Amino acid sequence: MKTIITSTGNSKSDRFDLRFGRAAYFCLYDDETGHVSFHDNKHLAASHGAGPKAAEFAYELGAEKVISGDFGPKAKDVLDKLNIQMAIIENDDQTVGDIIGIIK
Amino acid sequence: MPRHRKLRKVVAPPNFKGYRPYGNQTAKAEAVELLYEEYEAIKLADYDLMHHLDASKLMGVSRPTFARIYESARRKIARALVEAKEIKTMYGNALMDKSWFLCNECNARFTIPKTVTKRACAICRSTSINSVVDSQ
Repeated sequence: MKTIITSTGNSKSDRFDLRFGRAAYFCLYDDETGHVSFHDNKHLAASHGAGPKAAEFAYELGAEKVISGDFGPKAKDVLDKLNIQMAIIENDDQTVGDIIGIIK
Repeated sequence: MPRHRKLRKVVAPPNFKGYRPYGNQTAKAEAVELLYEEYEAIKLADYDLMHHLDASKLMGVSRPTFARIYESARRKIARALVEAKEIKTMYGNALMDKSWFLCNECNARFTIPKTVTKRACAICRSTSINSVVDSQ
């Protein structure tokens, strides 16, 4: 199963990003192959609609689970419709690598 | 470890991300963080003119707790006005609807879509989970 973790940078040692739609990077982790890849957030600077676009992007990448610090109401609606599981972690002192370690 | 906070029910999140003072060159960059539940408390008490007891029931907390949230909200707004600070809205300990679950092990919140059949935490896979609404 593929999981997206929002990240402030493009490596596993970067901190987890609490924002979903405006996260700097999306880290895609596949727990079957152990493959980790980072994807830019193309809608980072969008004036509106970053959340739903990020949700659609997650769907395009084939993710079934998204881990972030918060989901806006629009992003949540879209993710609900796409049957993508949302998980909220509230502290941002973990790195993306730490979180991958927990969900492994 | 302190007892974890009950989530406060919020009917609708604020329609804005924040407020910014203008005409003040010396305004500090720092912002006051107004939580969703504090916005809801101000709305119920001062906009909908509800009594604190009724408002507290609506938010799923006790009246004294409602009063504390309301007081914190008023003080934050007063501080923002006097010190010419920006107000930012933050999620806080709010609960928007019934689809969220809370993990008793790692305190993560998550949803369980229809396609997932296992009732387990999305982060630590613990099966000790509660619906956010039931745990109140």
